[in-house]
Amino acid sequence: MIRGTRGRLVGLFRSSALLRNNSRIYNNYNRRRDVLVLKSLDHVRCYSAAVSAVKKLVDDVSLEIHTDIQAAAKEQSEVRNNAASTSNKESKTESEAAILSSSNALKHAYQENTGFGTRPIYLDMQATTPTDPRVLDTMMKFFTGLYGNPHSNTHAYGWETNKEIEKARKHVADLINADPKEIIFTSGATESNNTVVKGVARFYKKTKNHIITTRTEHKCVLEAARSMMNEGFEITFLSVDENGLIDLEDLKKNIRPTTCLVSVMAVNNEIGVLQPIKEIGEICRKNKVFFHTDAAQAYGKIPMDVNKMNIDLLSISSHKIYGPKGIGALYVRRRPRVRLEPLLSGGGQERGLRSGTLAPPLVAGFGEAARLMKQEYESDHKHITELSDRLTKGLLSVEHATLNGSPSHRYPGCVNVSFAYVEGESLLMALRDIALSSGSACTSASLEPSYVLHALGKDDALAHSSIRFGIGRFTTNEEVDYVIKAIVERVKYLRELSPLWEMVQEGIDLDSIQWSGH
Amino acid sequence: MLKSLIVRNNLFTITKRLYHPNVIEHYTNPRNVGSLDKNQSNVGTGLVGAPACGDVMKLQIEVDDKTGIIENVKFKTFGCGSAIASSSYVTELVRGITVDEAAKIKNTEIAKKLSLPPVKLHCSMLAEDAIKAAIRDYKSKRNSTNLA
Repeated sequence: MIRGTRGRLVGLFRSSALLRNNSRIYNNYNRRRDVLVLKSLDHVRCYSAAVSAVKKLVDDVSLEIHTDIQAAAKEQSEVRNNAASTSNKESKTESEAAILSSSNALKHAYQENTGFGTRPIYLDMQATTPTDPRVLDTMMKFFTGLYGNPHSNTHAYGWETNKEIEKARKHVADLINADPKEIIFTSGATESNNTVVKGVARFYKKTKNHIITTRTEHKCVLEAARSMMNEGFEITFLSVDENGLIDLEDLKKNIRPTTCLVSVMAVNNEIGVLQPIKEIGEICRKNKVFFHTDAAQAYGKIPMDVNKMNIDLLSISSHKIYGPKGIGALYVRRRPRVRLEPLLSGGGQERGLRSGTLAPPLVAGFGEAARLMKQEYESDHKHITELSDRLTKGLLSVEHATLNGSPSHRYPGCVNVSFAYVEGESLLMALRDIALSSGSACTSASLEPSYVLHALGKDDALAHSSIRFGIGRFTTNEEVDYVIKAIVERVKYLRELSPLWEMVQEGIDLDSIQWSGH
Repeated sequence: MLKSLIVRNNLFTITKRLYHPNVIEHYTNPRNVGSLDKNQSNVGTGLVGAPACGDVMKLQIEVDDKTGIIENVKFKTFGCGSAIASSSYVTELVRGITVDEAAKIKNTEIAKKLSLPPVKLHCSMLAEDAIKAAIRDYKSKRNSTNLA
C-alpha cells in the first residue's frame, strides 16, 4: 500500500523489502540495529522479525556455471574438500604440520559453501561505512513524493524539500557547534578539501602565497596543494614523528607573514592518529592564519567544537558516518569571515560558494546520519573503544607485530598493525573472508608502499606488511573474535612459508644480508 | 534467494581480484615448502629478491651428483600470492629433471600456467631467477669440492 507524498508508510514498505536481504553482514547489523532502533524510535517498525528469518525461494534448482574460472574454482574446492577429509599423514615437525594443515588454516577463507553466503566480514570502516537503515528511511521519501528542486522558491514542491534541507543543515551544524548558515553542502570531502585549498589560496593570492600542510594528509589535499605550486604558491609539507604527530614548534617556525592557510587533518584515515587540533588552532589564530582541518574520519567520532578549537574551515564526509555516498559538507566560518573563490560557477547556490542543485535525498540522509551520530555518540564510543582494545590486544599478542601510530593520541576505531616477515598482499589473500585494507604496494598500482607509513619512518618491508582494521557501530564481538583467531592462525601459516622468518629464527640479522634486488 | 546470492557474490569476488584458481590452489596448498640442509655438498641454495621490493624467494635443490637429477626441492617465499604460487609451481616443475634442463625454465611458462596478469609478471621472473641462482650455487659448490 503506497500512500501520498509524505507517507512514512512508503518508507516502511520500501526499506523492509530491501532489508529482507539475508547475507551475513545485514543479519549482523540488523540484530544490533534492531536494538538501537527500538530504543530510539518513537513509533514501532515492523521489519525486525522478518529480517532474521532466512527466506528460501527455490532450493532445488541447479545453477548453471558459465565461465571457466567458476568451473575451475568449483572443481578445486571439491578436490580440496576430498583431500582434506581423506588425508591422514603423520605430521613430522611442527612447521610441516603447519603446512599440511594449511588446507585447514585457509579453509575458512576459501570455503565455497559456508551456509551464510560468501560475503566477507566487513572491517574496513575507514574506506566507507554501511548506511544506517534509519538514514535510508529518511531518504526514501525524496525518491517517491518529495521530488521538488529545493531552490524553486515559487511553489510548494520547492518549499517542502527546502525545509528538509534546512533541517539537515541544522543537524550537520549541531555536531560541531557551528551555525547552520556556515555549512555548505558539497559532493564529498574531496570536493570540500579542493574548495578550501584552491579557493582560499586563490582569493588571497595577491597578498599571500604560502600554504602549510603535512606529509600524512589525504591524497586530495596533497594533490590540490601540488597543483597550487603551478599557480605560484609555495607549499611546506610538515614532517611527522614516528608516532604520526606533527611538531608544534615546527609549525610555529614555518608560519610566515605570507601564509594564508594551514591544513592538518584531525584523524588520519590510514593510522588513526589524532592530531592536537586545539593547540594548532590556537597557534593559527594567534598568527592570523586560516586553519583548515579535514575531519572526514573525525566528524562525529571525537568531540569537535569549531569555536573552542579555533577552526576556520572543516571538511565533512557523509559516507564515513553511516550516511549515503556522494555528499559531504564544508564548514566556512563567518565571524571572522573566511572568503574563498568558488570552484564551481553557476546560479550562486550555497552562499555563492557552491553552485548547483542540491540532492535532497542525499542531504536529508546526511543530516539524519549526523543527528544519529550525536544521539548515539556515547554508546558508539563505548562499543568501539571496547572492541578496539580487544582487537589490539589480540593482534599484538602475535610476536613481531607492531601498532602503527601513536598508541595514546588515536581514534580507537582505526587499528593499523604491521606483521613483520609476512607480506601484506599475501596476508590479505589469506584473509579473504574478512574485508580489510593494506598499506602494501601490491594493492596499489605502483610498487611503492603507502606514503603515510613512509612518513612515519617505517622501512619498506614493514610498510608492506601492514593491515588496517576499521571498527564501526555495526561491528560485533563475534566478528572481532573471529578476526583475532583468523589472524593468529594465518600469520603463523604465512610465516612458515617465509624465508625472512626462518632467518630471524636462526638469529641472522636481516640488515646484514646483501639482497640481489630487482 | 540464498543460492542466487552465492552465485552473484562468486561473480563479484572473482572479477574483483582476478586470481586464477591455479594461483589460489598453489597459494592455499603450496607444494614443497621447507628447508634443506644448506651445508650439504649436493644442495644448492638460491636467495633472490629484496624485502624493500616486497618479494624474497629462497629455493633449495638437492641434486644427485652422479646423474645430475634434482631429487629434492624446497622453497620459502616472502611475497604476494602470485609470488608464492610461482615459486611453488617452479618446485613442481624442477622435481625429477636434470640440472641443465632446469636451467632452461623460462618465466613465460610459469606466467602462462598461472595466468598471471601483467602487473604480476615480475613474480614469475623472480621464480626463474631463483632456480637459476640455486643451480649456480650448486655448480659452484661442486666445482670447489672437485678442486679440493
